Amino acid sequence: MSDANELLTLVPKAAAKQTMKDFKSDQEVRWCPGCGDYAVLAAVQGFMPELGLAKENIVFVSGIGCSSRFPYYMNTYGMHSIHGRAPAIATGLATSRRDLSVWVVTGDGDALSIGGNHLIHALRRNVNLKILLFNNRIYGLTKGQYSPTSELGKITKSTPMGSLDAPFNPVSLAIGAEASFVARTVDSDRKHLTEVLRQAADHPGTALVEIYQNCNIFNDGAFEVLKDKQRAEEAVIRLEHGQPIRFGADGSKGVVRDPATGDLQVVAVTPENESRILVHDAHAASPTTAFALSRLADPDTLHHTPIGVLRSVERPVYDTLMSDQLDQAVEQNGKGDLATMLAGGDTWTVVG
Amino acid sequence: MTSQVSSPAEHADEADDAGSNVRAAGDRHASLSGEKSGEKEVRRLDRVIIRFAGDSGDGMQLTGDRFTSETASFGNDLSTLPNFPAEIRAPAGTLPGVSSFQLHFADHDILTPGDAPNVLVAMNPAALKANIGDVPRGAEIIVNTDEFTKRPMAKVGYLTSPLEDGSLDGYQVHPVPLTTLTIEALKEFGLSRKEAERSKNMFALGLLSWMYHRPTEGTEKFLRAKFAKKPQIAEANVAAFRAGWNFGETTEDFAVSYEVAPAGTAFPTGTYRNISGNLALAYGLITASHQAELPLYLGSYPITPASDILHELSRHKNFGVRTFQAEDEIAAIGAALGASFGGSLAVTTTSGPGVALKSETIGLAVTLELPLLVVAIQRGGPSTGLPTKTEQADLLQAMYGRNGEAPVPVIAPQTPADCFDSALEAARIALTYRTPVFLLSDGYLANGSEPWRIPETAELPDLRVRFATGPNHQLADGTEVFWPYKRDPQTLARPWAVPGTPGLEHRIGGIEKQDGTGNISYDPANHDFMVRTRQAKIDGIQVPDLTVDDPDGARTLVLGWGSTYGPITAAVRRLRRGGTPVAQVHLRHINPFPRNLGEILARYDKVVVPEMNLGQLASLLRAKYLVDAHSYNQVNGMPFKAEQLATALKEAIDV
Repeated sequence: MSDANELLTLVPKAAAKQTMKDFKSDQEVRWCPGCGDYAVLAAVQGFMPELGLAKENIVFVSGIGCSSRFPYYMNTYGMHSIHGRAPAIATGLATSRRDLSVWVVTGDGDALSIGGNHLIHALRRNVNLKILLFNNRIYGLTKGQYSPTSELGKITKSTPMGSLDAPFNPVSLAIGAEASFVARTVDSDRKHLTEVLRQAADHPGTALVEIYQNCNIFNDGAFEVLKDKQRAEEAVIRLEHGQPIRFGADGSKGVVRDPATGDLQVVAVTPENESRILVHDAHAASPTTAFALSRLADPDTLHHTPIGVLRSVERPVYDTLMSDQLDQAVEQNGKGDLATMLAGGDTWTVVG
Repeated sequence: MTSQVSSPAEHADEADDAGSNVRAAGDRHASLSGEKSGEKEVRRLDRVIIRFAGDSGDGMQLTGDRFTSETASFGNDLSTLPNFPAEIRAPAGTLPGVSSFQLHFADHDILTPGDAPNVLVAMNPAALKANIGDVPRGAEIIVNTDEFTKRPMAKVGYLTSPLEDGSLDGYQVHPVPLTTLTIEALKEFGLSRKEAERSKNMFALGLLSWMYHRPTEGTEKFLRAKFAKKPQIAEANVAAFRAGWNFGETTEDFAVSYEVAPAGTAFPTGTYRNISGNLALAYGLITASHQAELPLYLGSYPITPASDILHELSRHKNFGVRTFQAEDEIAAIGAALGASFGGSLAVTTTSGPGVALKSETIGLAVTLELPLLVVAIQRGGPSTGLPTKTEQADLLQAMYGRNGEAPVPVIAPQTPADCFDSALEAARIALTYRTPVFLLSDGYLANGSEPWRIPETAELPDLRVRFATGPNHQLADGTEVFWPYKRDPQTLARPWAVPGTPGLEHRIGGIEKQDGTGNISYDPANHDFMVRTRQAKIDGIQVPDLTVDDPDGARTLVLGWGSTYGPITAAVRRLRRGGTPVAQVHLRHINPFPRNLGEILARYDKVVVPEMNLGQLASLLRAKYLVDAHSYNQVNGMPFKAEQLATALKEAIDV
């Protein structure tokens, strides 16, 4: 049995068939009208019944920010915690309760700025968490300052002369942080979003899903180039495991490896180079090609943005290892006996 | 220093520190009787203070630990004070690199590691120079003469040899070429000079073990176990240890050896072991988890002087203990809080700088109303401060170091062994009232040790809790619902509904919650109510009343908290012995204060509060009880000395 299947069997199954309604809480959703978060919420609520897990064994943990209100709207267990700390809190929960399916909802500011440390360490440990990173490239809840994914030179309230910060590419960052599962999707593409969630849910260990999400108040249209049908054809590279990486009108463009540098490049597909078009291997042991793919996107124009699962590899899951050590300790030393431990080695007795 | 303190009147002759420092060498230990045994004289003493001092790399802490174990197994009462630099290996032979270990042991109940050593073992000139100021004239000094050569002496500013220039005339100096003797003793082992030299601490230990008739089997067993993989090194150390013993027995320079009888009558019946504060605390946490029938989860980030608790707990995975070494202090407490949400007995361990980083999460735990133990082993501050030294200056941080009205119970253990009971008490409060709890120990308690009566499992408190299992509220229309913030009317605690419980799905968070439902609420009146309710919950925590120790109807009360218990009690005994009545009471619960504290304070004309800070408890007392509490403060990184404290108290009483 693979680790994936084993981990999923630890979470109890729902007794009866579930519907999207089962996952809606009684709380009024308070995002701005038109916010991309609505689409993600609907996609998650719609996808949950597919997992068939007992909803009392599902927990959503969030930090602070617009997206972090998410748990309130899910009729599961949930915690809306403090800024940036959701991965840490979720780590404690997931490592102590392997019968839970633990999801983290975070944003670009929450995960990559104040909580950057926790994110990278959760990824390297490979704790069994599903992290949904809503990236709108802006601070929404604090009303419009630039974020760690905002483009260089961005004019915002806190950067009237333009931002001086070079942005993070969350996918590159995650791959660099030893993530075992990294994907990117877009709020408005429900089908793609759901498919990515499905794969993330199946993944044993930490799954990071970057969701490009529109903030229609402070950064409207940030991902328009990826959504507008015509422009998206040139801008979006849809990755599918085992398929040649081609995009553009009729797959006219493709990704090849530059034999001189080993780096990837986008080329117009010709009969001569067609055989050289890279076939996407999400399960490649080495992260090198996934990283190179993540670098194809232009941070300013978003041209050549790969979406889909960039990397999905199996490696030991922290929670499992921790649990195994507990079992191993019992095997080696027997179940702990309090009186024996307290007595230790050197004792003496005082008689009355 | 046992947790059970017998009445001071029973120890009218208690001299908890060297009140007799300036006596002539012959009777400096308040010798009770002398007798000749074979060639050498054996004198009986009621107590001794020994200090081992050397370079950080000389193994002084190990030497002290071994002597302590020998002493504990012999049945003396004892108290220890390890004192070492923050640097792992400070430059060799320098004053900042000196590491020392002081041990006080007696045939009766003692309270502190002692003020002034009767015997100083100085492994090099730096150790002599750094410690001689604490050594009273007449005391014995054993020096390793091999190190008293020009360069090491010059390094610490000795222009002439203190062994020869008369500056040690008032002391009883035993010059011993420890290094040479050790190398000589180990020449059969084929070790390099450097390797052989390393055993000189065991030679010193052997010599001291002979001087004080310590049992040796434990140390030999220990060495063989420690170096099980290097039997040659193990045997070399055993040989050095024995050589030190034999040296004492055969050399004329050591004409007298001493006996300190077991402290049988000072202890209640039971089985005892020696225990340090951090070990007792770790055991207390495991025991609390056992008694609560909840798995223990520790989220921690290494920090001096708290790391030993992480180390210890990580050795007990067969108790179901999960230890998580996090990426930082914030993640450490975050993980603990997550585990608490999931139904574990959750703990984070740290020191002052770590508490500062955890503050926001402690505030979250306050408002989530989940049980969480925040164990803070205080050290010198501010900022990095003095990582390896003791201080009590994080009391106000524990009390108030959060945004908003965020009350947290505070408990402070008073002796190393009491760290065990305090951990159980902290767990009781956290679990009963669903709140984070501060357990404020300090470096002195953490590393110091004393005998501990091992509790019978039947004596341990029942800490079991009930998780919520079903609806707890009926709506107007008769629907049964679960309200995560509906409180127990007695304790004001909210239900603990752990994920995995069907029908109780709920969301909690840092945003203000509506009373009862726990839903987000920005309603002004609700916020006011919730702030007051959270405060009322902490104020209403049941803590034991204080009992004042006041046999003579004193007018002055001395009141302390935490680790000053030993020195204050020793000072109080001293004053009473000298005919000065003084009342004593010691706080273990600082938030909430015991119910009868106000009434006690009002009973006395004068209240004196000794603290290892600039008066933090005194400020709390003044604010709450409008009492003119007088502070007596010391913030030098060391515990109070009993004599100095007694003098200060006397002055305060006489004013």
